[in-house]
Amino acid sequence: MGKYIEMLSEDVRFKEGLKACMNCGVCTAVCPAASFYNYDPRQLISIVQRGEDEDIEALLKSDTIWYCGECMSCRPRCPRGNTPGYIIQALRTLSQRLGLFVESEKGRQQLAIKRTIGDNILSTGYCLVPKHIKPAMHPEQGTVWEWIVEHDQDIYTKFTPSYCKVGAGALRKTSDETLAELERIFEVTGGKALFEAIEQHSERKAREMGYEGADEKYFMDVYTHNSNQHY
Amino acid sequence: MKRSSWTDYQKEIADNNYYYARSCIRQNFFPGSEKAFLNILSKDLGRDIYDDPLHTSCTGIGYHGDIVPLETIMTVVARQFALMSEAGYENFTSSCITSFGIYTELLATWEEFPETEERTRENLYKATGREFTKPKNLAHTSDVIFHHRKEIGQKAKRKLINTYTGEPLKVVEHIGCHYAKIFPKSGIGGSEFPYVLAGMVEEWGGEIVDYPERRHCCGFGFRNYLVQANRGYSIANSHRKLESMAPFKPDFIVTNCPGCSMFLDKWQYTIAEMEGTTFGQNGCGIPVLTYEEMAGLVLGYDPWELGMQMHQVDVEPLLDKMGVEYDPSAKYLGVNGKYIGKPKKAIVNSRSKETLYRIKR
Repeated sequence: MGKYIEMLSEDVRFKEGLKACMNCGVCTAVCPAASFYNYDPRQLISIVQRGEDEDIEALLKSDTIWYCGECMSCRPRCPRGNTPGYIIQALRTLSQRLGLFVESEKGRQQLAIKRTIGDNILSTGYCLVPKHIKPAMHPEQGTVWEWIVEHDQDIYTKFTPSYCKVGAGALRKTSDETLAELERIFEVTGGKALFEAIEQHSERKAREMGYEGADEKYFMDVYTHNSNQHY
Repeated sequence: MKRSSWTDYQKEIADNNYYYARSCIRQNFFPGSEKAFLNILSKDLGRDIYDDPLHTSCTGIGYHGDIVPLETIMTVVARQFALMSEAGYENFTSSCITSFGIYTELLATWEEFPETEERTRENLYKATGREFTKPKNLAHTSDVIFHHRKEIGQKAKRKLINTYTGEPLKVVEHIGCHYAKIFPKSGIGGSEFPYVLAGMVEEWGGEIVDYPERRHCCGFGFRNYLVQANRGYSIANSHRKLESMAPFKPDFIVTNCPGCSMFLDKWQYTIAEMEGTTFGQNGCGIPVLTYEEMAGLVLGYDPWELGMQMHQVDVEPLLDKMGVEYDPSAKYLGVNGKYIGKPKKAIVNSRSKETLYRIKR
């Protein structure tokens, strides 16, 4: 067994996701990512199933493993009970743990997800809150969203008694005690370590690419840049 | 496989005493739906449901954005279960499809890999001093509405009928990938013949539209929306669904997942702004409803109390068809009846003939 297969096998999603693929291609036929990107989960599973270290390392450094949308449409359709989406999750976790994600354009975007969703979770107790969905960063949210953000107090308090306040109800402020518990869970279970790994590897790569570090400019570039080489 | 095969995919849904876990996306974009769900359960149906101030996000968007490790989300979920037991409840109901998929997946993982449950128990205790009991019953909030659909039907003030023609309203339903694609047996009707929303629509007088891309993803794709550079994936997949359903002239779309509701609503705006295409009748977008809004309208709730002014695609054409009486000017009133101005105009609501979607025959 190659070293990468050994590492991947520690992840229960890898064990559950890869049994014996017969390369029928049903996963590719139903895959939303395959219909948009130059992406073929059938081929990816075939590479992983062969288990060659060199090929898997190339995958861990590539854009390929970052195209999947984790919709899991592949899971109920596979006639052999494989789940390419689970294999992707295991590959992404390993790529970040080893710092290889920064070697690809799509992989480098993990910093943007960590600094938006990840930081939201620890600071608010939710993955997203209205104040962090800024119309300038989200033009697709439209004119009604702009109106909502501009009048958030007037609109949200119609529906919840505790907008931005501690107590029960939608969009309440999560108490400091609860946030402390969440923080502690992240510390104990490796969530904080993964956040730190994403930051550290991004810092290293940013400098290597000529930035002054993983600063706001680097963040905005990984968040917005599309080389259009993915189709 | 026949359409009636949904009956093979049944599950037990608790009748009362629910511990409620809210959704990050629903509370942001559809807070009126959340309020309606809690009101329908407690006031219209007289059921007990507990909204706990101590629970948090399940962190599911972070998990499927691959920045939250499996062990971390397992422990966050274990904390939610611990809070449920501490509050004296056994029936867990989640208002989010992503969360629901995660809860079903983690319960199955603990079953198949018992060492992961053991480690989660240790982690939770170490981090919080709490201990958890697994729920006796796990249901998505739409399962709960489905379970009570006949009772809601008996209390209906309005039906899903086009009052101009007397015909059933034509409804596109979208259950959301993680409701049943991860564990088909956990969803009513499974992933091939989903019935959780169809059952509500049929019970309340509407008619389901079957169309080629019915089972296709709404286009969220987690990192494919979360990162601006990737949003082409998201809009392209929504476009594929909308283009597929348009020739069937649906009166509205109803969705299970708050994310799907938001994407199918907002991407219609973006597509209209980008290329002038609209997918509904009369040159407008297709209204997108949550199932709570659909149930609320059936029960006679005011559309603005349901929060339907927060949609990008105007819902008035649907309200008119249904014969809903509403005050158009009240749409733009904030709390205490204060006028707060109107959103800027958008092509998707323009009814302009130039933007009429040309249906290919």
